[in-house]
Amino acid sequence: MSDIELIAIVERYLNGEMNADERIRFEMLRRENVEVDNTVKEHQEFTSRLKQYGERLEFENLLNDIHNEIDVQALKDEFIHHPSLIVRLWRNHHSKISVAASIAIFAVLGTLFLTGYLKTQKQETDVINLKKEIAQVKHTNDVISKSINTLNTRSKVVAPSNYHGTGTAFAISSDGYLVTNFHVINGADSVFIQNADGTSAYHAKVISTDPANDIAVLKVTDASFKTFGALPYGFKKAKSDLGEDVYTYGYSKDDGFYSRGYISSGNGFKGDSVKYQLAMDVDFGNSGGPLLDAKGNVIAIISSKQAHTDGAYAIKSKYLFKAIQAISPDSLKSDKIILNSKSKFANLGRTQQLNKLQNYVFMVKVYN
Amino acid sequence: MNNNVSNPAPADNEAILGILNNSEAMLKRIYLAYFPMVLQLVITNNGNEDDAKDIYQEAIIVLYNKVRAGNFELSSKLKTFIYSVCRRLWLKRLNQMSRYGGDIHDLQEYLPVEEDIANHEEKDIQFSKMAGALGLLGEPCKTIIEDFYIKDRSMQEICEKFGYTNADNAKTQKYKCLQRLKKLFFQQK
Repeated sequence: MSDIELIAIVERYLNGEMNADERIRFEMLRRENVEVDNTVKEHQEFTSRLKQYGERLEFENLLNDIHNEIDVQALKDEFIHHPSLIVRLWRNHHSKISVAASIAIFAVLGTLFLTGYLKTQKQETDVINLKKEIAQVKHTNDVISKSINTLNTRSKVVAPSNYHGTGTAFAISSDGYLVTNFHVINGADSVFIQNADGTSAYHAKVISTDPANDIAVLKVTDASFKTFGALPYGFKKAKSDLGEDVYTYGYSKDDGFYSRGYISSGNGFKGDSVKYQLAMDVDFGNSGGPLLDAKGNVIAIISSKQAHTDGAYAIKSKYLFKAIQAISPDSLKSDKIILNSKSKFANLGRTQQLNKLQNYVFMVKVYN
Repeated sequence: MNNNVSNPAPADNEAILGILNNSEAMLKRIYLAYFPMVLQLVITNNGNEDDAKDIYQEAIIVLYNKVRAGNFELSSKLKTFIYSVCRRLWLKRLNQMSRYGGDIHDLQEYLPVEEDIANHEEKDIQFSKMAGALGLLGEPCKTIIEDFYIKDRSMQEICEKFGYTNADNAKTQKYKCLQRLKKLFFQQK
């Protein structure tokens, strides 16, 4: 008996098309044969599912017919009357609107940032420049009046002095003596020296001054001070030659400043024999700094610069020797200062020389 | 014509009697009476009128199945039941669309109807499986099956419709179709 034949029989049985005799026989078969029984149940279930499917489909069609009679729009308007169009738009599209709004905000901010940022920066530089100019004008005035007071004959020379009252000094002996320009410390109530990285600062006392040659000798007075250590550079008393390669290190700004050049004249401004004229870039604050030759000998002290042109003046070391000799013995605690004549870093390169030099050159802070 | 506002809801016991008697007129009365409520629920909760129609019709089917299975207790109001089913169905739909942004804005109190919805979903799966299987069956099988098992046409009619000369041939064809339909139905996930 094939499957199809069996189903045909099952269908006849389920539809009640069998006569009584057939029916009894089939029911017996159903009890004996599980497979037949299962087929009957399965068929019954499946056809009822089909029936349900049909009914549901019919029911849905009926519902749709009823639905079509409703004026949905009119009903909707009734409910939508309260929430306005904007609210409805927001409800339906709030995610899209949010995204669009974010993009818009970013675009606006981006544009503002690009254009506005550049604009602000430009304004800022303008302000800074202006500030600097005012400060410079003020300084120039200060310096000029100071120069007039101290050095009447050099009225056209501007002494590169104190940016906010600072200058440069350098050690001349390991036990605390330093030298700087007289104009740096002139009129000071107290003087402080500070090393390159600002880690140590000492109070210093003016030991002696030589206003004519613009030299001042200082001494560290702090009890905590022990020694500078052996000086790496020497002092050369003899006159240096024209064209000699020279350099300096000082504090024309808050950090140390290195500059190099050459001796362009054996005399200073208007034949001033105390000084050399230098072709070198120095600035306010370099005053009192050491001028060294290539071998590391101090040959002069930076003192002033030419107004309006590049060029500087430095006091010849000869006058430093003189100034030290002239110090009255009672102002020296220990014995005489002896200037070391031998440079210890003659054979080193410039950068290594500077590395060592830094530790012996100080920023002078003057308080009036 | 806006006649929806003035659709008085039938009394609950009347409505249930009508459902049991398969009264089309009562179905219409029920449908028209409660649709506005569901429309309002859906529209005030991120939906549109088509969403409302879908879930309302589903809810009506749930109600009919429940009443016909003799499970509807008159203690709960028909209106509350329909509202609860729609609410539940709509929450589900919102979750599926990831449009659900927090709490639903309720119009009235509701009942727990999880069990009814679970039953309904089971039936729904069967329904869509059957629809899928019939869709894959192809002609003339589909029409033969529909005519015979759903529309209760006689084999005689079917023979004539399809031009079978032999009723036995038609029967064999019908059984073959049924076998294929079963296979397709149970193959579906």
